[in-house]
Amino acid sequence: MAAVATVPEVRTARLRAPWLIAGVAALLAAAVAGLVVGPVAVAPTDVLGELAGLDAGLSTTQLNIVREIRLPRVVLGMLVGATLSVSGAGYQGVFRNPLADPYLLGAAAGAGLGVTMVIVQTAGNATTPVAAPVAAFVGALAAVALTYVLGAAGSGRTSTSSLILAGVAVASFLTALQTYVQQRNLDTVRLVYSWILGRMTTAGWHEVRLLLPYALVTFAVLLSQRRALDVLAVADDEATTLGLDARRSRLLVVAAASLGTAAAVSVSGLIAFVGIIVPHTVRLVAGSSHRVVLPLSMLFGGAFMVVADLLARTIAAPAEIPIGVVTAFFGAPFFVLVLRTSRRGMTT
Amino acid sequence: MHLKRSLALATVAAALLVACGDDTSASDDPPSSGEREAASGPEAIVSLSPTATEMLFAIGAGDQVVAVDDQSDHPDDVPTTDLSGYEPNVEAIATYEPDLVVASDLPEDITAGLEALDIEVLSIATATTLDDTYAQLADLGAATGHEEEAEELAATMRSDIDELVATVPDRDVAPTYYHELDPTLYTATSDTFIGEIYSLAGLENVADPADPDGSLGGYPQIAPEFLADADPDYVFLADGECCGEDADTFAARPGFADLTAVAEEHIVLLDEDVASRWGPRVVELLETIIDATAPA
Repeated sequence: MAAVATVPEVRTARLRAPWLIAGVAALLAAAVAGLVVGPVAVAPTDVLGELAGLDAGLSTTQLNIVREIRLPRVVLGMLVGATLSVSGAGYQGVFRNPLADPYLLGAAAGAGLGVTMVIVQTAGNATTPVAAPVAAFVGALAAVALTYVLGAAGSGRTSTSSLILAGVAVASFLTALQTYVQQRNLDTVRLVYSWILGRMTTAGWHEVRLLLPYALVTFAVLLSQRRALDVLAVADDEATTLGLDARRSRLLVVAAASLGTAAAVSVSGLIAFVGIIVPHTVRLVAGSSHRVVLPLSMLFGGAFMVVADLLARTIAAPAEIPIGVVTAFFGAPFFVLVLRTSRRGMTT
Repeated sequence: MHLKRSLALATVAAALLVACGDDTSASDDPPSSGEREAASGPEAIVSLSPTATEMLFAIGAGDQVVAVDDQSDHPDDVPTTDLSGYEPNVEAIATYEPDLVVASDLPEDITAGLEALDIEVLSIATATTLDDTYAQLADLGAATGHEEEAEELAATMRSDIDELVATVPDRDVAPTYYHELDPTLYTATSDTFIGEIYSLAGLENVADPADPDGSLGGYPQIAPEFLADADPDYVFLADGECCGEDADTFAARPGFADLTAVAEEHIVLLDEDVASRWGPRVVELLETIIDATAPA
């Protein structure tokens, strides 16, 4: 691995301290905003005092709102945003494809199908929350494998367009299957909807505990492969010369990204755009080395999701709006802005 | 397998029709009061709406109903089939050779398709008030030749409801409630059919501020912290069957353990079908709500 770091072709930028600090600051700022703002007015100083361990004199209701509703929701937003963003960055690196993301590769659709099958079978009993992430992972991994095989079969080599076309086809197919299974089981359709559309709104520490182990594995594996991804970005042949097992690295990254996507989807529902917008924005402004993109995607992805969730519960308060609407509505124009204002950036 | 079953049912239905034509006393069932008048009405009705099915049987038109959709399950002996009211199919409906199709919110192309086959279509659209229900009963009575029974039923419902409402105690402050449609806190405001029933029971809806101008159709999704802060006196769960919710799962949700309704065990599990249909059983629903909120 030591040899890898000296590859000259890789844009060598390592993660610089200012960016790391900016990422951490963004995450913290988003978290504080998520904790002090909400449909129910609680004095921000009281909230912060309470969290600092002081007796801020909050009522039981306010304590419950801050500790049991807002805090876990903020933590879950961080985990989901970080997981989807870093998984997107991983997919983009491994497939050398700027458009690869959990949605375009079919991973999210596969996870959705897995979750739907579990709900239809278990009808919302105690096994659903345990079985759902596993089924989502199997579905996501199978979908990505199918996309990869189909994409490679089309062109011999996995080119950008054939991979994305295969992903679109796989996603449509799996979504059709999911819809079919859902419509054949109308008695569970409302439960399926509430899973697919996401439960960020009603999430608590239970969902955090459910997602945390999967998220940590995803973070650890992807971050450990950040140098390998930089090498893979050049060419497989070169990687082999440098003593890197390209196949093993690819497999690890795809498995970890699929695991993360699946776990996030099974808790938060299908939230599009994050896995593609966040890594790209990071790449455009901070550099394209995976040593920069992966950790910063985690930090800014977490911050982005916390802010999106904050907007979801305050814009129409006390009504909620779906978080996917927020990520697309604010994320897409923001992304276009970044694309236009950045200097040429990536040419792919 | 489903196809086979539909075909078998269609065959049975056809055989029954033939049998009835041959010998009108073939049925072992006691003749319903509406049997004679039925002669002038449609002979084969297909219902694609559980509410319409309940209404048809309640006004004595049940004998004319040959097929109902897969969600219709009340009363017990309805001829349930694979027909879907959500994704209706003209050809599948036509298999039952109906002369009247009753449905809720049927897409226009399906209506046109049925009318092209000379099948009459009666819309029983989702009601937003009790008056809608009474009007629909009258429509169904007229369309099936059971005007009198429909009128009687509506009159009975009105007087039953008046009697129930008379038992609601006078209160200085109306107790508040939250009606849950699913575990992600989708709910109904006062400005809906179900909301009207709660208003009759003298209750005040905590979710009204979430859709003040009705732009969400009266069915907003509310923020959990808003519900925790509103702290309703009563919680009515209409998601026990679909989603496995009950008083315990509700109390176990983040931040809800100290709610008044939890502490006072004021969490009521509703029959989802009764709570989502706008047919004759709405009287049962009102009774359930009034009983549950009666002072101890």
